[in-house]
Amino acid sequence: MDHFARLGLPATLDVDAATLDGAYFAAQRQWHPDRFVARPPEERAKASTEAAALNDAYRTLKNPLSRAVYFAGLHGVELPGDGQTIDDPELLMEAMEAREALHESATAEAVDTLAARARRDMEQALAGLGTLFLRHDNAAIRKALLRLRYLDKFAEEARARRTNLQRVKA
Amino acid sequence: MSLLEIHEPGETPLPHAGEASLAVGIDLGTTNSVVAIAREGVPAALHDEAGRALVPSVVAYPDAGGVVVGDEARLVMVREPRNAIASIKRLMGRGAADLHTVAGVLPYEVEPGSGQTDMVKLRIGGKPRSPVEISAEILKALRIRAEAALDKPVERAVITVPAYFDDAARTATRDAARVAGLEVLRLVNEPTAAALAYGLDKGSEGLYAVYDLGGGTFDFSLLRLEKGVFQVLATGGDASLGGDDFDRAIAERMLDERKRDGIADEIDEPAVKTALALARQIKEQLSDHGQASGRLELAGKPSFHAIGRPDFEAMIAAHVARTVDIAGNVLADAGVAAPDVQGVVLVGGSTRVPLVRARVADMIGKPALTDIDPDEVVALGAALQAEALTGGGDTLLLDVTPLSLGLETMGGIVEKVVPRNTPIPVQLAQEFTTYQDGQTALAIHVVQGEREMVGDCRSLARFELSGIPPMTAGAARIRISFAVDADGLLTVSAEERTTGVAQRIEVKPAYGLSHEDMADMLYDSLDNAETDMTQRLLAESRVEARRNLLALDAALAKDGTLLTVEERATIDEARARLETAIAGDDRDEINAAAEALEAQSKPFAERRMDRGIRDALSGLSVGELESRVGE
Repeated sequence: MDHFARLGLPATLDVDAATLDGAYFAAQRQWHPDRFVARPPEERAKASTEAAALNDAYRTLKNPLSRAVYFAGLHGVELPGDGQTIDDPELLMEAMEAREALHESATAEAVDTLAARARRDMEQALAGLGTLFLRHDNAAIRKALLRLRYLDKFAEEARARRTNLQRVKA
Repeated sequence: MSLLEIHEPGETPLPHAGEASLAVGIDLGTTNSVVAIAREGVPAALHDEAGRALVPSVVAYPDAGGVVVGDEARLVMVREPRNAIASIKRLMGRGAADLHTVAGVLPYEVEPGSGQTDMVKLRIGGKPRSPVEISAEILKALRIRAEAALDKPVERAVITVPAYFDDAARTATRDAARVAGLEVLRLVNEPTAAALAYGLDKGSEGLYAVYDLGGGTFDFSLLRLEKGVFQVLATGGDASLGGDDFDRAIAERMLDERKRDGIADEIDEPAVKTALALARQIKEQLSDHGQASGRLELAGKPSFHAIGRPDFEAMIAAHVARTVDIAGNVLADAGVAAPDVQGVVLVGGSTRVPLVRARVADMIGKPALTDIDPDEVVALGAALQAEALTGGGDTLLLDVTPLSLGLETMGGIVEKVVPRNTPIPVQLAQEFTTYQDGQTALAIHVVQGEREMVGDCRSLARFELSGIPPMTAGAARIRISFAVDADGLLTVSAEERTTGVAQRIEVKPAYGLSHEDMADMLYDSLDNAETDMTQRLLAESRVEARRNLLALDAALAKDGTLLTVEERATIDEARARLETAIAGDDRDEINAAAEALEAQSKPFAERRMDRGIRDALSGLSVGELESRVGE
């Protein structure tokens, strides 16, 4: 069963956060192990497996990037595993330049500017994904997702850098 | 209850046989522990005879023999410092490298050789004892208190743990409960329990944070509350940061001042214990006063120390700043800005420190919520959850993993399999492969923590998947699965997918207990079972006797006219003797007095029965009487 079906949701790229939460809470009310404390071991084991699957589904669909990657997987677009080398020279260049800028930024404000740009780029790329899926342009989808994954990582690095800068200051 | 139901005291070994056992909530704290029960959604802490809810988490093995817990153990600590231990929670699932000293000295004696690759053991009262068995004594004392207060056997509990407790510490807590004869319904994270107590109380909705600074641990959790759902969005903390650190800072200061004044101290374990006890008093005074002072006497040499609040705040500023840092990271993890948090709940005695309150209020931009006693709120939440788990309830607790779980890969790098803040229960798997031609085994090293290198994370378990058929490097497909259950406990299994060679292990953390340790402890607890049994029987006799007194009083109020003045005087006298016996500690005396009272009141009981029968029969015709008998 795919993650959308498990939560009783239509398989779409965009998912309303409140709808997702509602479906998830309702399903957990049924399957959470807390509801099975007094039940026989087999039922408890089943509940635990179901609840874990629900958590996996929820976690995957909650985050727009992991949801897009999962949705793409359902449509036959496979991405290399995390930490694999980037095979897109254009993206490689963008990533190197951004990392350099992050490395050179000496204030929290400078880091914030870079992080805000990364977030904006992410939003734009996510918004553009729908059209690519409509065109069934799997190569473009793959390229866009790899870029999104990089941007996400960059935002995380920016956060770490910011924390470090503040710690040095304090 | 009629007076006829007075039992032969000797013939009621189990007055509660057949009754369902109750489930309680237990906050097993670093400094104090609390047991509570919830009935129909209303939680209450259980008090001792003196009305105290807090049981100091101190265990003592006095020279006189036996084990004592709580206030009594605190007294032993003053008299016989080497026979008592406080703050044992800090050592749950810990090794020797995790211990904190004062002036280079530990406030306890570590059993030589322990704590290198296993859980550290302490030498107390001349015997090596593990943190698990010491914690079990606290849990046992709480169980006995609950049974006395509730007049029912208590065999099941929800026990709270710091959200940031790692797998080793959680497992150790579960083991301690087992040694204490308690079935753990669920380990619940302390901040989540606190939110439960607040949320149900207030019917709140929205984003709430819980700032929990106890004696030895710090947790910060962000939750979303919505229609009975308590969803933890992110959590973080430090399992080794708390009020004890504040005490240590003050103790170090006092010892430095003595040195400065030319007092040559031989600092040993009892000296450190004495200094820490005074430091704690000073710290507590500083919560209400701008200045506090105390007299420290070590080896007959007294010194006088005065500490102002600004001094104290300077000493602890770095610790408090660290908590605010951690809180900021938790908010960032959840992608939530501080102003969006509707309220922050303060939990733990250390949140009474004014600097802590001020910093928390600064961070969130609103004053913190403190309406529920910060010492009791966690136990109250645990009690609510215990009721929900046994009686059914509509609340839903959705918690997360506090720390990332991963595997060591080539070069000592950690590959994360379950990231922190993943909702639990969770089952996630990752595939690995062999890196040498013909490789037939794979060493699997499970670690917990956020750092990239294995050496910086906590090692949980090592095992080997063997019997992989020889293949070229990279051809094997080894799937390693991590399952974290609703208690936050981890199980790891590995499987070679091309051939189906499977191996499954319950992760027994490196700092956990071996089966032998566990068996020893269970035997030990049997050794102490006699003492436990005596205490339990005493409690039961008291409860039983009180119940009979109540029944007698009710009967006297209703049918007192059946007695002559002399008879009444005899009963009153026997009644008074039983009251005195209940106040004492001698079970035989209570039973004897109860028996005497029963003998004295027997004619009264018989007369009441006669009257009861007459009343029931009066006005009935013989026909009606026969049909009644037939019923």
